[in-house]
Amino acid sequence: MSMTVNELEKTVNSSLTTAIKISKINFGHLFIDIDVKDLSSTILFLKTNAKCKFKQLIDITAVDYPENEKRFKIVYLLLSHENNLRIIININIIENDMIPSLTKIFPSANWMEREVFDMYGISFKDHPDLRRILTDYGFEGFPLRKDFPLTGHTEVRYSEDKKKVISEPVKLEQEYRHFDFESPWEGTKYIKEESQKNKNNE
Amino acid sequence: MVKNKKTMNLNFGPQHPAAHGVLRLILELDGEIVEKIDPHIGLLHRGTEKLIEHKTYTQAIPYFDRLDYVAPMNQEHAFALAIEKLLNIEVPIRGQYIRILFCEIGRILSHLLNITTQALDVGALTPSLWGFEERETLMTFYERVSGSRLHANYFRPGGVHKDLPRGLTDDIASFCETFPKVVDNLETLLTDNRIFKQRNVDIGIVTKSEALEHSFSGVMLRGSGVPWDLRKSQPYECYEEFNFKIPIGKNGDCYDRYICRMEEMRESVKIIKDCIKKMPTGPVKSIDGKITPPKREDLKNSMEALIHHFKLFSEGFRVPKGEIYTAVEAPKGEFGVYLISDGSSKPYKCKIRAPGFSHLQAMDYLLKGHMLADVPAVLGSLDIVFGEVDR
Repeated sequence: MSMTVNELEKTVNSSLTTAIKISKINFGHLFIDIDVKDLSSTILFLKTNAKCKFKQLIDITAVDYPENEKRFKIVYLLLSHENNLRIIININIIENDMIPSLTKIFPSANWMEREVFDMYGISFKDHPDLRRILTDYGFEGFPLRKDFPLTGHTEVRYSEDKKKVISEPVKLEQEYRHFDFESPWEGTKYIKEESQKNKNNE
Repeated sequence: MVKNKKTMNLNFGPQHPAAHGVLRLILELDGEIVEKIDPHIGLLHRGTEKLIEHKTYTQAIPYFDRLDYVAPMNQEHAFALAIEKLLNIEVPIRGQYIRILFCEIGRILSHLLNITTQALDVGALTPSLWGFEERETLMTFYERVSGSRLHANYFRPGGVHKDLPRGLTDDIASFCETFPKVVDNLETLLTDNRIFKQRNVDIGIVTKSEALEHSFSGVMLRGSGVPWDLRKSQPYECYEEFNFKIPIGKNGDCYDRYICRMEEMRESVKIIKDCIKKMPTGPVKSIDGKITPPKREDLKNSMEALIHHFKLFSEGFRVPKGEIYTAVEAPKGEFGVYLISDGSSKPYKCKIRAPGFSHLQAMDYLLKGHMLADVPAVLGSLDIVFGEVDR
């Protein structure tokens, strides 16, 4: 009845041939890379196909790689109860790309996409209600982008003069300190290697 | 004035005893019937994921305690498992048993809080008084093993921080003897209680397919009759060595979810008992000195241990490049960590998949057409903790 992850890879690759750019198996999960244009069809296939049955969308998230030309990687995590398998779908996009919304296929995608929009500023096409979700009312910027500072831009306090809570630019008593502990020294690997060599020679 | 608009908007929260934290609901009501619910979340947003990207792996663990602060160690577990898989290290068998022991204690902690506050939301005060007494006992176990009642920081990559103090297993064992009686007593207060049933039976019904569509997990899924528990289906640590049952509901209403949680507590007690009985001896954390810190006494005698200690708590250990998703069956459902490492000692990206997020999202669908008074009842049975929803 249920498939192994290798069979799943075969099924997915033979059915979606051209859509799949890379597919690999890591830690027992199937990772596939696809293009934005194939997103809806791929997800719909995975959900409805009688063999795959990925009926549950676990999460949607994004990763920021500012140095890449295609800056963001969108990640979709799906779970199939019948097969007891997980699939992770990656899509690389440039900064202003619009992603088709999955809310029609999975209603739970609604908030997940809102969160991605809130944190990374990635917009979704045909999303019914694309508002910010986790950040404060009137928040500006996209906090999980790598160029957003950890301390943020504004801080709030209660102003005794105005008798209300106001937000003003962050004032730090001390600059945020970034300690670079990473050393090029990699321990005593060479001794291990030497002893390994000696063993092999013996 | 022309009265052509018959709905009214009601603001619920953010500070409301039945909101289980800081939740703001904008309710659209037609008389007493709920037409639409728009939950506003994020009032407890602390930017956990951003903070984790700026900390070493060891420094990131305490943030997981602060997610679902009702069952802190279960969260740490998911993160520790993700790191261990990327590092490809084994946790010694005693370490695994201790982890399971405390995960199950966490499950009881969480379910006790949920059941009793759910009862409180629908008008029963006594269960919370009885339940919280037991929670206090369980939290002293947390304290004895980790030094703090709530924010344990006990599970570390490679095992657990310290071995169990002397006498703790005996005390947990004697707790396991008395606790089932408390569960029975709680049941006499609630299970056949007419008012409790009137408020919960057939309220907030979720069908099987809808539970899947809305990404439900944990009790929310099992209450609707889907036999799915990650401890059984994708066993992590050594859960396959334990014999326990997965209670599932039939109707998928608030009452079934309550019954499921009650039964799960009993199963957890069984696992804890089994765990104590079979507790193996040996180390509690990986002996790889590059990952786990050395013993205190070694620091005085061994130069190597001193260097390891210094490097681990300044630079931290490096994790090989890779991406991974690991999930554990937290009391509230599937708690997952999607981790990307770039080979340095800090995570490049750490997405936390909180079960409560999807559950709360379904509020609108669950409550459409219900009465206003059912809002706290359904909210209570969703088992929401804002630490994990808002992150």
